[in-house]
Amino acid sequence: MILAQSSATAGRAATDFMWLVTLLPFLSAVIIGFGGKRLGGRAHIAGIAAVGGGLVLSLVGFYQLAAGNATVEASWVWFELDSIELEFGMNYDFLTGVMFVVVTTISTLVHIYSVGYMHGDKRYTWFYTALSLFTGSMLFLVIANNLMQMFVGWELVGVCSYFLIGHYWEETDNSSAAIKAFIVTRVGDVGFLFGIFALFIAGGTFNIPELNLLAEEGELTGTIATVGALLLFCGAVGKSAQVPLHVWLPDAMAGPTPVSALIHAATMVVAGVYLVARMFIVFEHAPAALNVVAIVASITMLIAAALALVQDDIKRVLAYSTVSQLAYMMAALGVGAYTAGVFHLFTHAFFKALLFLGAGSIIHAVHSNNMSDMGGLRKFMPTTFMTFIVGSLALAGIFPLAGFFSKDEIIGEALRAASDERQIVAWIVLISALITAFLTALYMTRACVKTFFGAYRGHGHPHESPRTMTVPLQILAVGSVAVGFLGFPVVGPFPDWINVPGEVHHGFSAFYNLALPAISVAVALAAIWLGFQLFYFERFKVDIRSGRFAWFYRLLENKYYIDDIYLGGIVRPIQYPIARATNWINQNVIDGVVNGTAWGTVAAGKGVYGVIDQRVVDFAVNGAAGLTGFSGGILRYIQTGNVQRYAAFLFVAVAAFVALFGLF
Amino acid sequence: MPVSYFLVLSALLFSIGVYGVLARQNAVLVLLSIELMLNAVNINLVAFSALLGQTGVPGQVFALFVIAVAAAEVGIGLAIVILIFRNRQSVDVEEMSLMKW
Repeated sequence: MILAQSSATAGRAATDFMWLVTLLPFLSAVIIGFGGKRLGGRAHIAGIAAVGGGLVLSLVGFYQLAAGNATVEASWVWFELDSIELEFGMNYDFLTGVMFVVVTTISTLVHIYSVGYMHGDKRYTWFYTALSLFTGSMLFLVIANNLMQMFVGWELVGVCSYFLIGHYWEETDNSSAAIKAFIVTRVGDVGFLFGIFALFIAGGTFNIPELNLLAEEGELTGTIATVGALLLFCGAVGKSAQVPLHVWLPDAMAGPTPVSALIHAATMVVAGVYLVARMFIVFEHAPAALNVVAIVASITMLIAAALALVQDDIKRVLAYSTVSQLAYMMAALGVGAYTAGVFHLFTHAFFKALLFLGAGSIIHAVHSNNMSDMGGLRKFMPTTFMTFIVGSLALAGIFPLAGFFSKDEIIGEALRAASDERQIVAWIVLISALITAFLTALYMTRACVKTFFGAYRGHGHPHESPRTMTVPLQILAVGSVAVGFLGFPVVGPFPDWINVPGEVHHGFSAFYNLALPAISVAVALAAIWLGFQLFYFERFKVDIRSGRFAWFYRLLENKYYIDDIYLGGIVRPIQYPIARATNWINQNVIDGVVNGTAWGTVAAGKGVYGVIDQRVVDFAVNGAAGLTGFSGGILRYIQTGNVQRYAAFLFVAVAAFVALFGLF
Repeated sequence: MPVSYFLVLSALLFSIGVYGVLARQNAVLVLLSIELMLNAVNINLVAFSALLGQTGVPGQVFALFVIAVAAAEVGIGLAIVILIFRNRQSVDVEEMSLMKW
């Protein structure tokens, strides 16, 4: 039964069929998963076809949306429990549309890229199954029209992430990283689930548009709504790797690099940002929750950007950069810059996927993740070099690349917010954002210098990657340049697509304050200059390991000891007593039960044997045999074999019957 | 003449036959006693046929059939007896325990 449907045109628009985009990757996962043996090295065809088809459909759907088709919300009642009604449906609006385009674009390119990167992997088909399954789950999460369904998608992407991080599970480190990612995000998910319950208590529905409408009408207020929003943010903190649950994302780099690009940079980790964006009106009407979002994001972006400065593993640099950029989006939402936050999500997906795939290309060539084994690759891998530089500049926010537009919108919106209400929080965000912009440019310069410049420090002969890998890089590089213009001030169409409904949106005005982009670009350029001085020319050679700032360096090197605190403060104290208690229970209770059961069984068996078997059953058997023998012994006197005696019996019997029936 | 006369005669003849079958040792005499029983039946058939006075003589015809069958039967029976006598030099039914387990 279709509950609610609002389609402006009489004909069936493509927007009504966007659920198909979700279905396609699931289908391909089934095909690859069950036909894997037969497909073998051609498994990618099904995946690329499904996701590529999804991309085309997403673009058509988005085009129709932009051309004026109404958003679609349709659902069935999944089941009812008393008054609680659980729906299963779709909600296709601009936010969903943007996410669809991002997810299918990056997924298609990663599917293609992996043909080269994963070539010859022994779990090639399994890899593609999980990749397709992930894409389907992510789209399922995005299209959900109610929080419960979203939660299902949320968990599905979590488990796919777990599968893919642990792809090379032969090494304990990798499987541990997978478990860590799964458990740490699970901490946030508990909050998410309880947030759903809290909002249900407050609003009486799981439906997202209805909840937002209730919030807009001011009916979703009070402590319970604030608590609900904060708990939802817990889920977002886990999934989007914000402090203090950011620890899983750097370790998640144990997975294959295309997976890092797709899941741990462009799509899954932005699910948390998407959640806050999706429930934005609820958050907006709970200012305390929004302030918490902004503060947590500010702390995260600084902490992560500083960590990215000291990593040697190139993927970890990018991982911390992702954490920091996710915090940027969160901070934008936190100061009410909904459009800017989503725009940064959109642009970031392109250049971060590009950087990860570029890093994958480098790793493929030098067979090492460590930048100390790289250097001078500019000459060996020209395509990778060019595209990686484009990605780095976009991330650093240099005009006119994508990162520039989105980042400056966030900074501009933060300044706008700082000058009206909620000043302190907005000022914190603004300052953190500027410092982070500096640090971002600095660590990306460091990564580029260490990778592409100087002399080659590794072993063997690096070579450019195959075309299946370089072509996606080139496409993403073009994207990283182009997509920023969608949000070009005044003329860019992005603010018309993504805005808070029912609210006057500022659009991307002619640079709220023209000085601001100038300052941020200057900051980034200064950082790049400093980066070259420090890491290329090696001037200002400060001994950071033993100098005045040695403590700070050690702090960064140990990741603020957060992992150690978790391990020593939470995991071990829980793990060991639990292990001991479990052992005790095992030894005493479970073994007792098992032994008791065994002893009881033996006793019962003996009892049964002695009484029932020996006395009752055997008596019946022997009795039957004895009775048969006894009656046989008597009857055999009759059975003489003498025909005449038989005939005599016959006649006597006939005479007896005649007497019986004749006389009476 | 009342029909009961014939029935009594038939019953006596049948009883003599039964006695012969049950008591005689000699196989030839057992066969002969069987003939007596069959003829007792024939007397009954003819007597009842006459009593009921139906069109035609079904009882008599039936008796003729019985006689014919009896002749065939006694022919086979005597042949068996002769063969047994040739093999075992005896026609005592007590000794014909060849088929007994």
